[in-house]
Amino acid sequence: MDEQLKNELRRQGVVATTLQELYNWGRKSSIWPLNFGLACCAIEMIATTMARYDLARFGAEVFRPSPRQADLMIVAGTVTKKMAPQVVRLYNQMAEPKYVISMGACAISGGPFKQGYNVLKGIDRYIPVDVYIPGCPPRPEALLDAFLMLQRKIDEQQLTGPDRPRHLQAELPSEFTVPECSEHDLTPTRNDAIWQVPLVNISNAGKNESGRD
Amino acid sequence: MNLEEIKSQIEANVPGCSLEILPNGSPSGQHSLLVDKEHALTVASFLRDGASPRFDYCSNVTGVDWPLKEISTKQKTKKLVDGVEKDVEEVIKTTTGNYLEVVYHLFSLEDRQGPLVLRMRTEDRAERVHLPSLTPVWRSADFQEREVYDLFGVLFDGHPDLRRLLMWDSFTDFPMRKDYVDPDDYEYEPTAHDEVLKRTQAHYAAQGEPSEAEGAR
Repeated sequence: MDEQLKNELRRQGVVATTLQELYNWGRKSSIWPLNFGLACCAIEMIATTMARYDLARFGAEVFRPSPRQADLMIVAGTVTKKMAPQVVRLYNQMAEPKYVISMGACAISGGPFKQGYNVLKGIDRYIPVDVYIPGCPPRPEALLDAFLMLQRKIDEQQLTGPDRPRHLQAELPSEFTVPECSEHDLTPTRNDAIWQVPLVNISNAGKNESGRD
Repeated sequence: MNLEEIKSQIEANVPGCSLEILPNGSPSGQHSLLVDKEHALTVASFLRDGASPRFDYCSNVTGVDWPLKEISTKQKTKKLVDGVEKDVEEVIKTTTGNYLEVVYHLFSLEDRQGPLVLRMRTEDRAERVHLPSLTPVWRSADFQEREVYDLFGVLFDGHPDLRRLLMWDSFTDFPMRKDYVDPDDYEYEPTAHDEVLKRTQAHYAAQGEPSEAEGAR
């Protein structure tokens, strides 16, 4: 049914919709985030939920303290290597459909602590991330923007066909390997199924423009 | 508060202890007191209970790693060379370091004085890294001594609960030591340079496969 006809019908008091629209509308309008924060980004996340920025306007006012009841994981802050297994475990315990927002420079890439011995270089090495928010820390508006972006993403999802989201494809995994804290580092250091090293041409690394040392 | 006074106070009350004042050449002039580890606990109890002022608060515990370092100094001496006296420069090589140091910052809240900087040194950096714990004297040293153990590997005898604090339990390294080698966790770097470039090359060398970076060199 095309949009024009639907709008015309709506003016006449007839609401026409599809199951997919209803399903997506229901999902995107009540995304309940998981109630946990890791570092300073969590303070901005808390500010976003409070009266001034009011995340409740978009249906996400209920921060659930249990992963069983949450739809959205906002990874807000530095993920240390000691914390990473717990974050992945929490994600695994969430029920499908589930989404992840990686909030702030640390959760994306390790941020200012990237070269450190104790910080994970981005949570997307272990769990699939839907929306990234840059910033250190991002302002509440940025989190709201990411939230709206996630809602748009959900709204566009197909119920059928090859492009349907992960939770509708039975053969795709909903749980991911929990890394182990070993003697020197996490093992494995990344989940190759969801994160690969980007192809970067480093042939000119350390050389001047003429290509010589 | 005079460090000399405190030193003589301790020497009068704790027989047999050997103290040394380590001068601090910076404008702050915050000299510190080096305590031998055999008498450290007695000295600490005395500083808390008997000294004047009484140091009732330990605000900070931290560690310092001093790896073995060779220092060569030139000295001018007169020597007879072929029957003629000449000025000859001699190079004298001495070594310093090869120990871990633990630093305590003590304050007297009662008399509003401090800090008194207390230091202890281990015998070396590998095997004999035991030091007495001062947690029985100042309860606030508990977590900080655990942190020093975690990051520097100093073993505190008499600590009530000496476990790793920041790193995980199965971790075996001491990351704040100067010779700590962090795991080869290089992934990619769009514009590698300086230290990162060295890491890049070391990473590909360790992998044993000729990288593009090496092939082009």
